[in-house]
Amino acid sequence: MESFSIGEWFTEYEEAVYFLFLIVFLGLALISNVPSILHTPLMSGSNAISGVILLGAIVSIAELPEGDYFGISLGFIAVVLGTINIVGGFTVTDRILKMFKKIK
Amino acid sequence: MEASFLPLTKLTYIISSLLFIGGLRYLGNPEKANRGNLIAGLGMGLAVISTMVLVYWNQSVSLGLIVTLGALLVGSIIGLFLAEKVKMTSMPQMVSLFNATGGGCAMLLGVMEAPQYASNTDISQILLATSTAIGAATFSGSIIAYFKLNGMSSLYPRMALIATYGARLILLFIGVIISMLVFISTDLGLNTWIIAIGMLALTYGVLFVLPIGGADMPVVISLLNALTGIATGLVGVTLDNKVMIIGGVLVGAAGIILTSLMCKSMNRSLLSVVSGVVKNDSKASAHQEIAVKSTSVSQTALKLAFAKKVGIVPGFGLAVAQAQHACAALQMELEQRGTQVEYIIHPVAGRMPGHMNVLLAEAEIDYEKMLDMDEANARMSDFDVLLIVGANDVVNPAAIEDERSPLHGMPIIEAHRAKQIVMIKRGMSFGYAGVPNTLFEKENCELLFGEADKMLSTLCSELKMF
Repeated sequence: MESFSIGEWFTEYEEAVYFLFLIVFLGLALISNVPSILHTPLMSGSNAISGVILLGAIVSIAELPEGDYFGISLGFIAVVLGTINIVGGFTVTDRILKMFKKIK
Repeated sequence: MEASFLPLTKLTYIISSLLFIGGLRYLGNPEKANRGNLIAGLGMGLAVISTMVLVYWNQSVSLGLIVTLGALLVGSIIGLFLAEKVKMTSMPQMVSLFNATGGGCAMLLGVMEAPQYASNTDISQILLATSTAIGAATFSGSIIAYFKLNGMSSLYPRMALIATYGARLILLFIGVIISMLVFISTDLGLNTWIIAIGMLALTYGVLFVLPIGGADMPVVISLLNALTGIATGLVGVTLDNKVMIIGGVLVGAAGIILTSLMCKSMNRSLLSVVSGVVKNDSKASAHQEIAVKSTSVSQTALKLAFAKKVGIVPGFGLAVAQAQHACAALQMELEQRGTQVEYIIHPVAGRMPGHMNVLLAEAEIDYEKMLDMDEANARMSDFDVLLIVGANDVVNPAAIEDERSPLHGMPIIEAHRAKQIVMIKRGMSFGYAGVPNTLFEKENCELLFGEADKMLSTLCSELKMF
């Protein structure tokens, strides 16, 4: 494996590093003042958002070479897991929030 | 890949990112939270559909397409089934399971992507290996957390604890050695590296969660939630997919905030939680005899009947006893008599952040009647009677008064400052912290011994007689 220079690496990822910092601060600002009654739905809802990793699995299956059955079975499981995360997460959050709503 | 769809997909990814951000913002507002969840869900649907279009549009039907559609269907059915079936008391288990699915997806993705990056000589390999490792550790850790929350945890002996630390160190060491070998020689390919790192991380995840105490579970769930987000974000960087980075990092930030909040509420450092150290060393004052004043149901009912303002402090014991509904009935009865009733909820009253609020909401208790700790402490002396049901450590004034107490410094509901306190307890057992509750010694505190559910409903019927 060739060695890579820090300088080259930095030029390539400079934009990504700035981007990451901004998103981290955005996230901290968005969430820091959530009242405690919403902590459970916040967690289950954000959990569902982390299921966005499903996109990677979808693309990855499409890029597999023909006849890679091992890869495609891994992909199947990955997509199933990602979908459970998303569908389950949003549905259960909806259930919780409906309970908060119907009162009054 | 169909190049003409690339700009369209980029546009929908931007819209999805905005929907995620907007959805999360609304999720922090009780009035708009439900809309926030729908908005974020919409963003996700859009992202998934546009990815499918990007990858498969104008292509002949391939095995990949069929497998993906099948997996989406199977996942949706399982997800819906789990989400509709779960009991609210089991929410922490459910979230752990969803953490596991996210982590598992990240892990498998790493293994699948490895051949693509085998020839690259840049940082993306390290990123891929890191996300695989985090994904794998989150996967196995969350499964262990699931079983622990389901009550399958046993007491973890000290010897086993030391063995676990040792095993963890050895795993880390092997991981570092393998990683170094990969960079020194080309014989060990990326494939092997990723799989080896994944295996090590799976084992590490088990050893990571296994020794953690039951009371610390809220911290662990929050931490694992943050880790799935971070793994997603890293995969996003590797695949240069901005919507994945945004989604992942936002979740990571949410998880980290909740983790530190839970740690603060329990007066524990993240390090001590993760190392499984339980604070029960100082048994110095444990064997002191405490003079407790016990009371009867009718005396308590009398007190409640004359109170203008009643506070109820629920703990997880209330949920275990399924006494939320009896609690709501008592509240109704009191309110009909013109008594003001409010619930005071400690941040770690349940098994995950905000869990107790959900359990009360399930019993149709209005969320506007739920005070958080700080709100309640600010006007504690207004409460004529404070009814403590199933909470213990979180109302222990030793946290403020006794500098030698292991609880010292933990933020508590300052129940001792209310006018009168009645604590419903099954027996004289200690709370999780294993220390005596000095609240019992206070002049204004009385204990009502019995099962929470039964006591609350008899209180309710006694009250009707006044």
